[in-house]
Formats: sequence, C-alpha cells, structure tokens
Amino acid sequence: MTSAQSIESSNDFVIKFANVNGSGSSSANELFARAVMRMGVPVAPRNIFPSNIQGLPTWYEVRVSEAGWLGARGGCDMMIAMNPQTWDRDVAAVDAGGYLFYDSTKPMPASKFRDDITVLGVPLTAMCNREYTDPRQRQLFKNVMYVGALIALIVDRYRGKDPLIQANVHALRLGYDYVRAHLPCPIGLTVRRADAVGDRIFIDGNSACGLGAVYGGATVAGWYPITPSTSVIESFTSYCRKFRTDPDSGHARYAAVQAEDELASIGMVIGAAWNGARAFTATSGPGISLMQEFFGLAYFAEIPAVIFDVQRGSPSTGMPTKTQQSDLLACAYASHGDTRHVLLFPENPYECFTFGALAFDLADRLQTPVFVLSDLDMGMNESLCKPFDWDDSRRYDRGKLMTYDELEAGKDFGRYLDVDGDGIPYRTIPGTHPTKGAYFTRGTTRNAYAKYSESGADYVYNMERLRRKFDTAKKLVPAPVLHAASQPTRFGAIHFGSTNPAMAEASALLEADGIHVDTLRVCGFPFCDEIMQFIAEHEQVFVVEQNESGQLRSLLINEGEIDPKKLVRVLHYDGSPITARFISGRIADALSDRKISPIRKVAS
Amino acid sequence: MTYLAKPKLLSADAPKNALGYTRRDYEGAISTLCAGCGHDSISASIVQACFDLDIEPHRVAKLSGIGCSSKTPDYFLGNSHGFNSVHGRMPSVLTGAALANRNLLYLGVSGDGDSASIGIGQFAHAMRRGVNMTYIVENNGVYGLTKGQFSATADKGSKSKKGVLNSDSPIDLAALALQLGATYVARSFSGDKEQLVPLIKGALRHNGPALIDVLSPCVTFNNHGGSTRSYDYVRQHNEAVNRVEVILPRDPIETSYPPGSLRRIVQHDGSILHLRKLDVDYDPSDRIGAINHLQERQALGEIVTGLLYVDSSAQDMHSHLNTVEKPLNQLGDAYLCPGSRALDALNALLR
Repeated sequence: MTSAQSIESSNDFVIKFANVNGSGSSSANELFARAVMRMGVPVAPRNIFPSNIQGLPTWYEVRVSEAGWLGARGGCDMMIAMNPQTWDRDVAAVDAGGYLFYDSTKPMPASKFRDDITVLGVPLTAMCNREYTDPRQRQLFKNVMYVGALIALIVDRYRGKDPLIQANVHALRLGYDYVRAHLPCPIGLTVRRADAVGDRIFIDGNSACGLGAVYGGATVAGWYPITPSTSVIESFTSYCRKFRTDPDSGHARYAAVQAEDELASIGMVIGAAWNGARAFTATSGPGISLMQEFFGLAYFAEIPAVIFDVQRGSPSTGMPTKTQQSDLLACAYASHGDTRHVLLFPENPYECFTFGALAFDLADRLQTPVFVLSDLDMGMNESLCKPFDWDDSRRYDRGKLMTYDELEAGKDFGRYLDVDGDGIPYRTIPGTHPTKGAYFTRGTTRNAYAKYSESGADYVYNMERLRRKFDTAKKLVPAPVLHAASQPTRFGAIHFGSTNPAMAEASALLEADGIHVDTLRVCGFPFCDEIMQFIAEHEQVFVVEQNESGQLRSLLINEGEIDPKKLVRVLHYDGSPITARFISGRIADALSDRKISPIRKVAS
Repeated sequence: MTYLAKPKLLSADAPKNALGYTRRDYEGAISTLCAGCGHDSISASIVQACFDLDIEPHRVAKLSGIGCSSKTPDYFLGNSHGFNSVHGRMPSVLTGAALANRNLLYLGVSGDGDSASIGIGQFAHAMRRGVNMTYIVENNGVYGLTKGQFSATADKGSKSKKGVLNSDSPIDLAALALQLGATYVARSFSGDKEQLVPLIKGALRHNGPALIDVLSPCVTFNNHGGSTRSYDYVRQHNEAVNRVEVILPRDPIETSYPPGSLRRIVQHDGSILHLRKLDVDYDPSDRIGAINHLQERQALGEIVTGLLYVDSSAQDMHSHLNTVEKPLNQLGDAYLCPGSRALDALNALLR
C-alpha cells in the first residue's frame, strides 16, 4: 500500500462503485447510501448504467455531503473497483490522494496500480468462496461484503442496529471484520453522525411522478415501455393498487394499458381525455417524436392530456441511458402547424409529485396537452427532497365543462366560442345531454360552433383565440424561483429542472470567489412576465442547461424577443449530470474573458 | 356542404321508435361524398340500425380516422359526440374513450387505407385488446381523397382507373380480425342493406370487438371494368353464408324456418341473433372453420359475406382490466385522491 498526500475529509466526498450490471450490485450500493443517510448525512446517489441487462459496466456514484449539496460533484475520492473490464479507467478516475478499494483475491502486478492513491485490498472472492457454495449467493454476498468492508473503513463508529443493514448482516460482518483485522481504520474519508437530513424523504423522480398522477386524479394511462420513463407507470399502477382498489368489489378505479407503440399510447390518452377522464402517458424523447401529430391534434381540437417526458439522449439522437434536457423545443412546439404547448419543469421528486398532480388541473383548465419535463438523472435516481404534502380541501379543477343543467336551461354552447375572453371555450363530455351539446371533434377548421369550415375568418378567429388561451396559461404555470446574490449584481443565470442543485452550489462557489450572480429557476412554459423582467434587469444572463443547442435560450429569445447577445450559453451535454464545478467554472471564465472585462470589474 | 343543416320538415306520420325518435333524429349533416358512393349507404344503414334498436343517440360515441370513410360520422347521428381523429389512429383514440366510460356505445368508422395501410397496427391491437366496439371498415380498395391510389385491401391483379395492375397481395381485414381475437366478425356489401343493417345491429349489441368489413364501391375511382371492388363485380361474386335477424328481448319471436336451417345465438345482453343458413355447413361459432372457409372461397374468387363468426360469451377489455362498474370519467375526487393522511404514511416509509 502506497500513498501520496491522502485526501482527508469527513462527511464530504464522492465514492464510486464500478460493477458489472446484472450482478446485484445496485441494491448493495443503495444499502450503503441509505446507511449513510440514516446517520443523518445527506447523500446524492446516481446510477450510471448501460443499455443492457447483464454483463456490461455500470457505476454507482454516491456523493456524501453534510452541507446538503445534492448535485453531481464530479471527481472521485474513492473507487470501489469491482469490475475487471473497466479496471484501468477506474483506477485512473481516482483523484490524486484518493482511495482504491479492490478484490485482492487474485494478485495484480504493481503496474496496475498508482502510487499517488491509497490502495485497499480485501480478498472478497476468496472469502465468499469459503463461506458460500451457491454461485448466486457468492455473487450477491460479495456485494454486501464490500459494503461491510467500506463501512469499517469510513464509518467512525459503526452500530450494527440499523434495521436496513440487518438483512445481510452476516456477509456484512465478514467484510467489516476482515477490514478491522487487516487494514488501518478509518481511512482519510470518514462518515460521522450528523443531523443534516431532517424530515426529508428519499425517493426517485419517476416514483414521485406516478404518485403525482394518482393524487392528480388520473384514471387512464396509455403507455409504451421506454427507459427512463417506464417506472413512472410502474409507480402509478403500484400506488393505484394500494390506493385505488375498490374496497368492496376489489375492482380497479383506474386503467393502465400497455399500448403497441407511442402513437397508440397518446391516442388512448387523447381518446380518454376527450371522453372526460384524466389521462396521461409517460415517455422519453423518441416517444415525443412519434407522438407529434397527436399533440398537434390535441392542441387544435383542445383536448387535455398529460405527458411525463423523462428526457434522455436517444435512441436515434444520442445516448440512451444518459441524462439530458434536450426535448424542450420538441415539446414546446410539438407537431406540424402553429402549435405551442404548456411545459412544467420540476427540479426534484417533490416537484415531480406536485407538478405532476398540477398538470392534470392545468390540462383540464386549459384543454390542452401539458408536458412535465423530467430527466433521467432526476427520474431514475433517488434523491433527498422535502416530504410530499397535500391540502385535503383542494378539489380538482375540471375546467369549463358545460353541464346537463346548463344545456337544459338553454345556455348557448359554442365549443370553440370565447365566452369569457380568456381564450378558453366550454366543452361537453360525450353523453351529457340527449339532444344538446353534442359536437364533432376534428383536426380541420371549424367555426366557433364546431361546424366544418374552410373559411379564413373562422381559422383566424380560432388561432387568435388559441393565442389568448396561451397567454392565460402564463398566469397558471408555476412562477419562477429567484435566488438573489448576496450583493446587487448585473449578472443573472437562468436554469431549470435538475440543474437546480448544481446551480445552487455553483452560486455558493462563485460567491466564495466574490462573483455574484442572481439566479432564476424557470418552472414552466409559457414564460411568465417575471422571467422577461429578470432578463431585462440584468446586463448579461447565463442560460445554464443540459443540452447542446441551448434550447431554453432559443425559447427565451423566440418568445421574449430577447437580443441573443444578452443570453450566454452554459451548456453541459456529455450525458453526465451537470456539476457545480462546471457551472461556476464556465461563468467565472466568461466573466474573466477580456471581451467583457468591464463587467468582470463590476463582478469582483 | 356539411355545414348546411338538413331541413326540419318532416311528415307528421314519420315512424317513431320506442324512444319517440324518428329516423331523422339519427341523421347528421348532409353528405359531401360523391353521388352514389357506397359509404352513404353504410351511413344510412347505421341510422336504420340505431333507430331500430332504440339507441339513445347521445349514448353513442362515433370515432373515425382520416379519409372519405372517416368523414362519414358527420353524416349520421348528429346528436352523438364525434371524433374525426388522426389517419390510421382511430383505434387507439376509441380505446381511450372506451376506457374512460364503459357505458357508452363506441362506433369506429374507418376505411381500407385508414385501417389496412397506415393503421394496420392499431387495427390489430384494438382487436387483440378486446375493446367493446363496433368497428366498420368502409372498404373500397382505393384512396379516394387522394384520387385513386391502391390501398392494402386491393386484390392482386385488379386494375386501377388509370390502368395500372396491382401487384401486391391484399390484406383481408375480416380474416385478420378473426385471427386477432375479434369476437364478432362479419363482411357485407354497401349495396345490400338487407344484409348490412342486421349485421350492424348485431354488432352494436355485441359485447367485445365487432368488426364489419363492408365492401363499399368507390364510384369515382374504383367502379370500372378490371376492378374487384366495383358494384358489378361484388354483386357477381358475393356468396353470403347466412342472413341475420336481430331479435331484442322485448320482441316477439315469430320465425318459422325448416328445422336445421336456423341457428339461434343469445348474446351477452340478451339480444338474440337468428341466423338463417344459406350455406348449410357453415358454423359461425367456429373461429378456425371461419378462417379456413374465407381462405378457401377467396381462392375460388368468391367474396364471402354474412356473419362469419360470433362468440356470444366474449369478455371485453374492461373485464380484462378488472375496472369498476362506474365509468372512470365519473369517479369523484374522494374516489381518486388518497389524501394527506396516506401521504404522511408514505413519507414515513421513504425516510
């Protein structure tokens, strides 16, 4: 064992587990993350996985941060190198002074190691083979064993009472005891009990979206399997089984249908919503592409729909198992023709739940598709967030539905008539009244009373009404969240979604360097006036996002008629989650650039 | 033009059904299709069937895709909600609508381009899924709105108006539906309302996916010599296996057929199908036999019509999904939202 200057850090480091997928490692790794969390220390775990079931490399990264930074940090203080396939790159990935933990059963040449890191070997395979005969057990318990070893190495005082750890306690003990007996403990990285988790909950965004759909009153889900969105539906159906099974009959108060493709998924959603049920689908970028025509129809025929889009880069356009925020433009202007859609941008599982539920009210109120744009990082990784809450006095807003009584009383019903000046017409649900209120829904032009028309005036009336409706939506989407810098500044940064934890940490890093930047988190589209005001109030605004083309920036320029020079791109798109180091580095670089040096003077 | 309302003038003695509605109450806007189009006869047959069955128009949802056939729902059942959706995607929209409210009657109207070409995937899966619907394909073998291209049901060797021979094999939607699990499968001809109206009535009273493939000549683009979808050709090659009469539970049964010539099938809702056999060996409860019969006769150049298959004890999508009796679109907040207490308990599990 050799070491340069070893990293010493308590409750603030990044551990990475390099595994083979399908080996059962992820539950063991999660066990570790939960164990740290239960010691009151916030953790931010992330799975980095291949598009494969078994045999390819996979990594699990745990950021331990008592300060509570939940964004990806970058770097690696300790590598648990359990995958021979990726040994070289895993060893290389460790920060200087960091730690390498490995299975020392098989001797390795010195050339395979580095002399500037601490190497910790435990003969895991040999121990497992001694202890277990069943091959699957050998594999699974090896995972638990390295967690035990890790706990011995980094946890100050381990108390084996934690209920979660009990299950595999024997294997855990083997790893733990071996390390206690053979290696110096603790190493420079340590976890000490703290009280920094509070009442926060630990859940992934997709589960929260599914729960949001349950609370939002969704009864119909049409869906097609696609990573990383599939678990939204799994969560919905599992919470429905729990909460929506009729106690007397055992019948389901919901229907989830696996469609033959994404076109059918969205078709079912639109059919169900047209018929008055709250309906949704969950998909990812390729699904959004396939659903385009239906989005246009739903926009034009004014049918509510909720779409959870868990963004990623592929297939067709990138990396299927990596995170991105790259569907903004595809969703905002989905379909041919003149269409614009309402988007919501949750930042974490808490907002996946609240925005998810809200989306159904907005879709009914506005009679239009509403997209909830999550991403792989938020959707598939568990993270700490404030506990879910619900106001029991809240009632679903079903929007402008004309009732039997109103029709019976002779109230004028024009399906596409702007009665209230907000652009939102009244609708009827099929079956409402025997002789009044029926209308023909179509994707072609019709007059305000839903009669077929090829008249330009009718078309223009309708398009102008749709524009008014979109303006109404501005007031209904969640307001942006402002974080003012500690001092007045002429610089701002706009961001959205899962960038938030990294952005918050970046602000702190920049503040520490004397750079002050106000930040504004956009929570919805169409953009409300505060966003444009924020841009107007700052000389230079960084637009921080996780895609290559600056999609939020394009939307801001287009919708707010902003001078493009005013909006500086800060783009992260290598498939890994954006980090605070990246954001603060880019902003600091931009501000120190000679071209805007006068600004830099103001900044520092 | 379709936005013209039909005149309200009606003779005082126009017949009324049990609901007090006349046939006019089941009609829609005036058709904009070509004079003599087979589709208009199908619309008229739908009107007749709904009138005869005393169906409340507002309890029907009519859905279609895109094309000449898909325009027709505007021309019947004006008091029903209609949805002219996306080309080839009506089945999914109908499926969604049926999920939302199991208590309405769902009538899907489509064409051969809409169902067999662009929409064959959705057609297939709606049948598989057991959606409770009446699905009528107005099958003329061509694309009318785009002026006469072959569709996927056009027979190999048939000639287009411009003289081109079709070299691709045809898709038989009735055979496909049989294979995919439709539980009421019929074929008919728009020029034979006596056959068609009872088939539509039987389908509307059927519980489960009911397909009626109606050969419906396109007078403008596919009614010439060399076409296998012209009025003349279909009349000459039509081989009906049976004649159907739909008897509602309220109706007196007055039939006197020679023994063995009549088959009586009681459907899920108590309605009775009387099948007068034209082909004595044909058994409409035998799915495999029906598939074989269709293929054998097709090889001989015959067009087999009639009620090809019916499973009177079929179950539908809602029973597969075990959904509540009450339509999902009518469940109130209290039935849907688990509330804050459940959420608090859930939060506790997530720490």
